[in-house]
Amino acid sequence: MATLVCGTLLGLALCAMSSTTFLYHDYCVIGAGPAGLQAAYFLQQAGRDYVVFERSHAPGSFFALYPRHRKLISINKQYTGKSNSEFNLRHDWNSLLSHDRRLLFRHYSRDFFPHADTMVRYLEDFASLLELRVQYNTAIIHVTLERNEQAWNGHYFLLTDQDRKNYKCSSLLVATGTWVPNVVNFPGSEYVEGYETVSINPEDFAGQTVLILGRGNSAFETAENILGVTNFIHMVSRSRVRLSWATHYVGDLRAINNGLLDTYQLKSLDGLLEGDLEDLAIVKDKKGKLHITLRFYLENGNISAGIDSITLPQDELDNFATRAPYDRIIRCLGWKFDFSIYNRSLRMMPGKGNIKKYPQIKPSYESRGTQGLFVLGTASHSVDFRKSAGGFIHGFRYTTRAVHRLLENRHHGVPWPSTVYPITQLTNSIIKRVNEASGLYQMFSVLADIILLRENATAFEYLEEYPTGVLAELEMQTGRKAPNGLFVIIMEYGRNFSGADKDVFYYNRAVGEAQHAWQSNFLHPVIYYYKRLPTEREMKLRPPEWPLPRPDAIHHIVEDFLTDWTAPNAHILPLRRFLENCLSTDLRSFFAESCFLFAFTHQKLPPFCQQGYVRMQGLMGSEGLRRHAVQAGLLQDYTLTDFSGDRPPDSHDRSRDQLLRDQVIPIRPLQHLVKAKDEL
Amino acid sequence: MSAQGDRWVSSFVFLLFCASSIPRPGIAGLRQEPSPQRYFSGLEAGRASLAFFTPHVSPGAQPFLEQIESSAEALQDYGISVVKVNCPKEDVSRYCGKENALRKAYLFRGNILIREFPTDALFDVNSIVANVLFALLFNEVKYVETLADLQNTENVLKGKSNMVFAYVPATGTAEHRAVMEAAFVYGTIHQFVLTTEAALLKATGNDDPDVSSAWLLFCHCQRATDPAQPCRRTALAQPLTLLNIHRHLKLMGAPLVTEVAEDPEKVSTVHLQLGLPLVFILSQRETYEADRRTAEFVAWQLLGKAGVALLSRDLVDLNVLHRSNVALKTPDERMPIQYLVLEDTDEVITLVEDKNKVKQIQEDEEKEEEEEEEDEDEKENNNQDIQDDQVVEAVSRDKKRELPLEQVLVLTEETFRSSLSEAARTVVLFYASWEAVSLAVLRSYSEVADHLKGTPGVLLSRVNCWDWPGICTQENVTQFPTIKIYGKGEKSVTYDGMWGTEELTSFIILSRVSCPLKLATMDEAEGYLRGEFPPELSSHHHTSLLGVFSTATSEAREAFEEAGSILSGHVMMGTYFEDDGLALSRKYSVSPPALLLARSRGRSVESISLSKQSVQDMVQMIRYELLDIFPEITVQNLPQYLQLTKPFLILFSDGDISQMESKEMLKLAKGRPQQAFVACWLNLKKTPVGYGILRTYFAAVPSLPVLVWVNLHAGGQVFQFPPEQSIAEVNVLSWLEKLQAGLETPSCRSSACFSLAAGDASSTEELRGGVAAAGRQR
Repeated sequence: MATLVCGTLLGLALCAMSSTTFLYHDYCVIGAGPAGLQAAYFLQQAGRDYVVFERSHAPGSFFALYPRHRKLISINKQYTGKSNSEFNLRHDWNSLLSHDRRLLFRHYSRDFFPHADTMVRYLEDFASLLELRVQYNTAIIHVTLERNEQAWNGHYFLLTDQDRKNYKCSSLLVATGTWVPNVVNFPGSEYVEGYETVSINPEDFAGQTVLILGRGNSAFETAENILGVTNFIHMVSRSRVRLSWATHYVGDLRAINNGLLDTYQLKSLDGLLEGDLEDLAIVKDKKGKLHITLRFYLENGNISAGIDSITLPQDELDNFATRAPYDRIIRCLGWKFDFSIYNRSLRMMPGKGNIKKYPQIKPSYESRGTQGLFVLGTASHSVDFRKSAGGFIHGFRYTTRAVHRLLENRHHGVPWPSTVYPITQLTNSIIKRVNEASGLYQMFSVLADIILLRENATAFEYLEEYPTGVLAELEMQTGRKAPNGLFVIIMEYGRNFSGADKDVFYYNRAVGEAQHAWQSNFLHPVIYYYKRLPTEREMKLRPPEWPLPRPDAIHHIVEDFLTDWTAPNAHILPLRRFLENCLSTDLRSFFAESCFLFAFTHQKLPPFCQQGYVRMQGLMGSEGLRRHAVQAGLLQDYTLTDFSGDRPPDSHDRSRDQLLRDQVIPIRPLQHLVKAKDEL
Repeated sequence: MSAQGDRWVSSFVFLLFCASSIPRPGIAGLRQEPSPQRYFSGLEAGRASLAFFTPHVSPGAQPFLEQIESSAEALQDYGISVVKVNCPKEDVSRYCGKENALRKAYLFRGNILIREFPTDALFDVNSIVANVLFALLFNEVKYVETLADLQNTENVLKGKSNMVFAYVPATGTAEHRAVMEAAFVYGTIHQFVLTTEAALLKATGNDDPDVSSAWLLFCHCQRATDPAQPCRRTALAQPLTLLNIHRHLKLMGAPLVTEVAEDPEKVSTVHLQLGLPLVFILSQRETYEADRRTAEFVAWQLLGKAGVALLSRDLVDLNVLHRSNVALKTPDERMPIQYLVLEDTDEVITLVEDKNKVKQIQEDEEKEEEEEEEDEDEKENNNQDIQDDQVVEAVSRDKKRELPLEQVLVLTEETFRSSLSEAARTVVLFYASWEAVSLAVLRSYSEVADHLKGTPGVLLSRVNCWDWPGICTQENVTQFPTIKIYGKGEKSVTYDGMWGTEELTSFIILSRVSCPLKLATMDEAEGYLRGEFPPELSSHHHTSLLGVFSTATSEAREAFEEAGSILSGHVMMGTYFEDDGLALSRKYSVSPPALLLARSRGRSVESISLSKQSVQDMVQMIRYELLDIFPEITVQNLPQYLQLTKPFLILFSDGDISQMESKEMLKLAKGRPQQAFVACWLNLKKTPVGYGILRTYFAAVPSLPVLVWVNLHAGGQVFQFPPEQSIAEVNVLSWLEKLQAGLETPSCRSSACFSLAAGDASSTEELRGGVAAAGRQR
């Protein structure tokens, strides 16, 4: 609106003035990609004052260009054999979260790996159907802070767009993704074509010899496209190829793109090499062919003397691998976060090591440098880089929701949503979630369900998908209290199972027996029990690669081939025993008849009787079921026994009875909380 | 050398120190005296010395001299000096003069000659020491030749001191010396008796004595009281050496049974110090006396071989198997204490006596324990693997049966909303297909559907929350299962009754009419009280309620209507608004607002004035009023009476109760207006689980009928009405009075009666055990 006024009606004089006035919103979101729109959806649902800035004229501009070969590698599963919408999201990696059933990606594409244009269309629909407030054609080119005591975080965020228009926000959500292509500078890098501009027409590569720099999905996707028409393709990167089915990380090389591995290993001319790109140099000969040499030779030689004077590695080592000249060299090295628009005061720093392409953020997704600035979407992947799915739609749709919930609690006094259940529903609520929850499944080891126990373990409060990294701050971040201990439910792959160099098909890789559940390799639920909330220090000192500090007790639900953890004996029973051991309570269910007997013979009833039968909600059970229970020896049928009194209560019988009782009643004390097999 | 060897040596050194601490002047070893005169003049009173007199050279005595010289040091330890006196040539005195005398050695105490030894009796150091000490300890060591002598000595000693009886095949031997040396130290404590008569050895009870070897018996005469019986004897099993005798005497001096009240690891007795094992008899308070006797018995058997200690487990927190009854501590400190389960005392004795056997037993035990542990592990695993949830197990055993659910409509996310508007009333069961309780209810639900087949206006349906989590969340289903009844244009009602076919059916039927039912005319109201209900409720046979209100009591009427909506489905309620001159009120002599209760279809109408105005109070009051005065307790209705938190007076009956009993009990129940207890009866034919209660209370089912007082809410004591008395109001009342006064004793078994103290942490375990026990008792 202001742009309109400034641009058309009042002319430049007023325009200058308007540059000092700010359009205020509680929340500013930069970027109308999947993460920005997802955040907008939650803000809209909560009735918050927000705006999304998008530099393009439509949402999802990244997808308008990328992936260049237009095939998304996020799966879009049409059928799962189940109607459970939450469960089905586990196999729908493209949809954003919303209440609108129309906005499921399967309504947009029937392809298992959909076309990128579909994503663009989907995002457009998402923004328009849900009437999200997106301001298009607004490129935020500068972000700075304005100190203010009144502000939520002690400062406002001042945003400037390409037209020098200013915006003021209390909270800034950065969802700009990573879009700045990674480049390497070495002598001759000017001959290198970038993934972002390289031709995608295979015809252009017919009969050519191609070198691809990089070994990620974009590199392999590029190779896949031209594999059939080139002389051969070589691929060079610093480290070995990481196959996603070995690393269990969706960002690594996906099988759909790995045709070149096949042709390499079968010696069909294509090849894969490891080497540091920084050491590389490229020289072009007179015919336009590109030769690989080393920076070292160039520095020593006389470049101006021309190609002939430059030493090539094969001059010394005549079987040098990349001695054949190339027609084209393509750079497919991925992207990085755009740090350029942030004022120094925001201290948006790149991460260290392999996460330097992402800004530094805390496990709560808040910037390390600036309070109130949250990074969403792909740019937030430093939290779980090479581990979970936080860099991808099917992961960050959940972390975005988590951030929204943190913000609701922090700024609006809306505590983290939770449901209070009676303790009898403890096993059920865990089983329900581990079987259907998508957020736990996609963001394994990053998002956790939290069960906060109420006093005396008679009830509990269930919080979904809380970031594990800020477990210690739970009370402050959620507005919920955890004075009586808690369970943390996460999903994990087996330790030492995943890795670029691991054989993930070894014999006996799958664990079937419940007692060996802790050795499970594939994704399976793990329940941590803490008698009290872990402290920040304990979080910091947790063993490396552990999502959580050492618990008071831990339980693994054995991995399941069908990821269906509802088997009464293999899944539910061990879980129930674990919970019982932790809480020293009896979580079994009983027919009303048993509760009736307990009511007359015991002063403390098991919760199922106490919270059900005694409150007139006993489980009568059908005749057939009670008969089954009797046959199982778990229910006594008193009608069968002859008590009519003709058998005198002789002492012998009684003593035998007593003996039996003595053997049976003092049943083993509760097992030590951490059983040998559950030992850490 | 082992640690225990060191200990022996140190004890021995101590002994020697005692011996040598007797003051002795002069130099160690052989003393030389130039002349008999000098020798005799230098003799001190009470000092013993062994002298031999030599001429200048006496070649024949040369070997003897060597021996005597070497014994000098040994004798010196006992304060006996050995002196070589040189006889001058010209001396012809008593000791020097005779050729004969020169072949002898003379023992003097002071200047009194005690004994003269021929040199052939002093053939070596042992014989010299033995004979010299024997001579000196004439009083301390009695020499006996006959059995009578021995018995006399023994009898004299009885009750006074102990006796050490030694047999040596001959005097002057190493054994003899050992005995004498021991006597030198212990002679004042014990009476030493020595014999060389093999016959005596036989008489001491040795069946087949090896007369060629020495024997030593410790005779416990000090404790002996019976003059007719010989003193208890403990033989020294080892060869007779000074060290062994010393050990033996030390051991005999130790207390027979040591009572310990500390960790066996820390216990140390003389036995352990002397390298013998220590056997612990593990005792408990209850069995202490018996265990003490056992310990003493064992101690006698093991005397000299091992020590016995009595350890009360009550005082020490032992982290060992409860059934362990014996512990064995060996002197080797590296060895852990073995805790064993032994059958009888023989095993204890063999445990110690046969060292190989000890090892064997230990190994066996270890093996056994390992096996047991394995067994236990297995059991544990088995227990862990075995489903102990009766509902889960029952449902999984039933899973292959296909449920007759044709009458139950399956709803989906798509059809849910639309189907709610189809029937006047839609009953929806929300469940999870993997959840056992849900599935158990689903079975009852299919029976309900069967009962209600063809009932107009009612649609039974179900939603599987595992398939359609969206609806369940939307309908606020937080528990599995949940049943909600949706009426057209009404708020849904959540079913909160028993999960049983009957209860649910009745609820659905009752909730078809509005609650309360508005009755417009006096005729309608009276018809209602007579049991003329709308056709939907023709099967209703329970008490119905009618609220009677007037213009002035609209507030109460609103509360009543609110209460009606809460009790909808459970209670038949009507409301009548009187604007025709309070005819109904007058008929039942109440003033509005009032409540009329029509029990058993109008055969009796009670009236209650509605004083309480709040909805909750009204709900509670209505519930209370609907309770029977003398109900038959069933599994279904117990919770209603439990909520009264009163003690129960239950008449357990095998079938219907007699009219007489019923009359008396009813009198009792009606007796006091605000009863302090719930008088009720239980039909064991209808509620057979009542047998379970009786068996818990009385171990066996007492003769029926039986009247029982049980206070479930305080302490949980159970009292049985004396069976010899007849169940009459008077008798029961006087019994109850006595009971209240604490004059009656609880009549259930002490342990199993009402096993759970309130808040008992182990309760769930007991429960677990109880159920398992119930399972096994069949």
